[in-house]
Order: sequence, then structure tokens, then C-alpha cells
Amino acid sequence: MSTSNDEPLMRIGKVNFGGIVKEVNLAYTPEAKVGDYVIVHVGFAISTLDEKEANQVFEYLEQMGELEELKDFQP
Amino acid sequence: MKYIDEYRDAEAAKKYADAIARLTTKPWTLMEVCGGQTHAIVKFGVDELLPEKITLVHGPGCPVCVTPIEFIEKAIEIASCPGVIFCSFGDMLRVPGTGKDLLTVKASGGDVRMVYSPLDALKLAQQNPMKQVVFFAVGFETTAPANAMAVYQAHHQGVKNFSMLVSHVLVPPAMEAILASPSNRVQGFLAAGHVCTVMGYTEYEPIATKYHVPIVVTGFEPLDILQGIYMCVKQLEEGRVEVENQYTRSVRREGNQPAQQLIREVFRIVPRKWRGIGEIAQSGLGLTLPYAEFDAELRFGLKTQTVEESSECIAGLVLQGVKKPHECPAFGTRCTPERPLGAPMVSSEGACAAYYRYRRLRPPVSSSKGLSL
Repeated sequence: MSTSNDEPLMRIGKVNFGGIVKEVNLAYTPEAKVGDYVIVHVGFAISTLDEKEANQVFEYLEQMGELEELKDFQP
Repeated sequence: MKYIDEYRDAEAAKKYADAIARLTTKPWTLMEVCGGQTHAIVKFGVDELLPEKITLVHGPGCPVCVTPIEFIEKAIEIASCPGVIFCSFGDMLRVPGTGKDLLTVKASGGDVRMVYSPLDALKLAQQNPMKQVVFFAVGFETTAPANAMAVYQAHHQGVKNFSMLVSHVLVPPAMEAILASPSNRVQGFLAAGHVCTVMGYTEYEPIATKYHVPIVVTGFEPLDILQGIYMCVKQLEEGRVEVENQYTRSVRREGNQPAQQLIREVFRIVPRKWRGIGEIAQSGLGLTLPYAEFDAELRFGLKTQTVEESSECIAGLVLQGVKKPHECPAFGTRCTPERPLGAPMVSSEGACAAYYRYRRLRPPVSSSKGLSL
């Protein structure tokens, strides 16, 4: 993503959707900066993707597996 | 593509499915609220991975489907006026009113245009000062910030020839209506991840407590949905009732504050009729007084008339999770995406369209379960 226009409500970003680049309004993601991933709905970014949380679905699965193993080892 | 493909990993999906099967001891019925989730579930065959004890029913989260027929009639009336450019999201154009749809109006010479964003409609108004440009503002909380911004900008830029036909709806009152209904069978909810991205999930906490249902805010990819189901079933099995957040990469508890602020500035909460369901108190958004000049109903002096629905369409039952699309006698025969009787067969978020597109030639198989990716 790259950005232009400094007026907060009119701030526009160029967002690459797997190869297709579209202009997106960034009024609701003032924190979004170049290189971020954003979730876009009808021309507006509605959130900046939290990259620290992006693996949560896999970490949860791993923890679940470890718990299962612990259970199996109990006498 | 980053942050998409990894959430469709077949091996991880299998692990989640196995974990859900080990966890489940009793029959449970869950509802995914959002039509986007319904499509992902049917497209990827997520429901076919689940143990038989788990039933998924599909919720009302399809904005096009729940837009009342009276509003379709109003849209057709405005779009038929000379000097009007009528703009809408594409799905809305083929939704049947009583006699015709918006595409028919276009075919008979009306200037009906499909837009990607409400800001495109505002731009059309600025480029065509001699025309009245009307945008059909339908949607849930996810779309409200975009539509609010179009009105806000029109107001502040003094665009006088722009207005909106507003038929916005809100998710939490619809969930309450489903839970309060005597025919309800929903025991746990997968809440809509993008609605909660905007609104957060504090509104759901009193609903979970009052109706004793677990609610898990869930994303849209197969693994998100499987994890959401796991978390929801775990609560049910353990007798817990909480609001949990599966979709942490997008949803924060308090939601998107700047977006909520603009929604509150431009919109106020009003009663709203839902197609197939009926009126639900405090379940819609209308324009606030300072922005009332952008209300197309007022500008065009439209009156609400009660309109009869096609008697054969069971959209209302489908939208409340009481019936599944293929249980409708008209499904795939007298009702198809080409000749729809009701909106759920038209919309890209409609449950009937999902079943028609992904399941018609491939009935659910219980013996050989596999994830189609």
C-alpha cells in the first residue's frame, strides 16, 4: 500500500489486491502506513491487519495439540 | 497472496475438524450470521467436515436479501424518473420487486448504474450537476461508514444533486429477534467478523448473557470458520456463555472508533422492516436531521405502501435459519439465479445462491467427507 493526500478524511491509499491495484479511502485507518495490509470494503479500509495476530489460528491449533498430548500422558 | 491462502490449508482444516469431532458429545445447532461466511462454508465444504451432531444454519447477514420489497419498489420509482442517475451495488439490480427489477428499468431506458463504492456515486453527482444522482444505500454496519462518508462529503462540499435511499440494517437486533422467536433452534452464534471490525463486540455481551448463547466473532476463511466453530462448541460443551473473538487479526473489542464516530454523526437508529422477517425495533439506520436533505425518500416525496410478497418464496424462513435453501419446493426449478423468486437466490451473499452455485450437482455426502479447496 502507498498513500497520498494529507487531509485525514480524504487520505487515499493504493492497495494491491493480489495484482490489481485500486485506490482506497483511508479515513478510518489513520494508523495505516505504506506496506501495511488492510481490509477493504466498498472502497474503504476498515482495519489494518494485525500481523502479530495473523498466526493465531495456527498457534491455537498447536496449543490444542499439546493439550491433547498432555491428556494422553496422564496416568 | 498473503493472508488468504494460508487460511485455506487443507491439513490444518483436517486437524480442526478432528478436534471438533473429539470435542463434541451432544448435538448442537450453530448459526453463522454473515452471508459471506455462508458462501465460504458451502463453497469449501466446511459443513461436510463436521461431525453429524453439529448443524450449521445460515443467518440473515445478506443485506440485499433483507432489504424490504417496499424499498425495491421505491428504488424502481426513483430510477424511472427522467433526469435521475440511479446508482446501486450490482447485486441489488436483479432483486425482484412486485413486477420488475432495476435492470428492467435500465432496459427500458432508465439511467441505472452499478457502482463499486458510494463515493463513485458522489463523483457522478459532481460530474453531472444537471442530474439528480441517487445512491441505494443498503448494508449492515460494515457498509455504514462508507455510506456515511459519502453523505458527509456531499454535505461539506455542498453537492446539492446527490441523495440516498437509505435501507441500512443492524445485526444485534436481528440476532435478538431470532433468539426470541418460538421457532428458534440456534444455540450458538458465529458473529460476523467485518461487522465487528467496525462496531467491536461489546454490544453482543448482553445478548449472550440474556439468551444464554455463546457468541464467537469469526472471520471468513475456512480455517477461521473451523476455529470459530471449535471455540463455540467448546463453550457449549463446557456450559460457558461468553463472547470470544476468533478474528483477532482484524477485530478489536472496541471496534473502529473513527468509523463509529462518523456513523453516529450521519445516521440515527430507526425501526426497520426486514424482508421475509418483518419489522424489528431499533434495527435500522436512517439519516440524522442535519443530513435529512440527502434523504431520497423526502426529496422525491415517496410514500410507503405495503406490498405483497410472492407466496411461494420461503426467504424469511431461510434467513432466520428455520429452513435450508434446498428444502424450498421452488429451489432450482421455479427459482434460479436467472429467474429468482426471492433475493437470497440473487445476492452473492444469499444462502440460496450459495447452495445453487456450489451444491446443486454435488449433494452433501456423509460417508466420504473431504475438504474441496
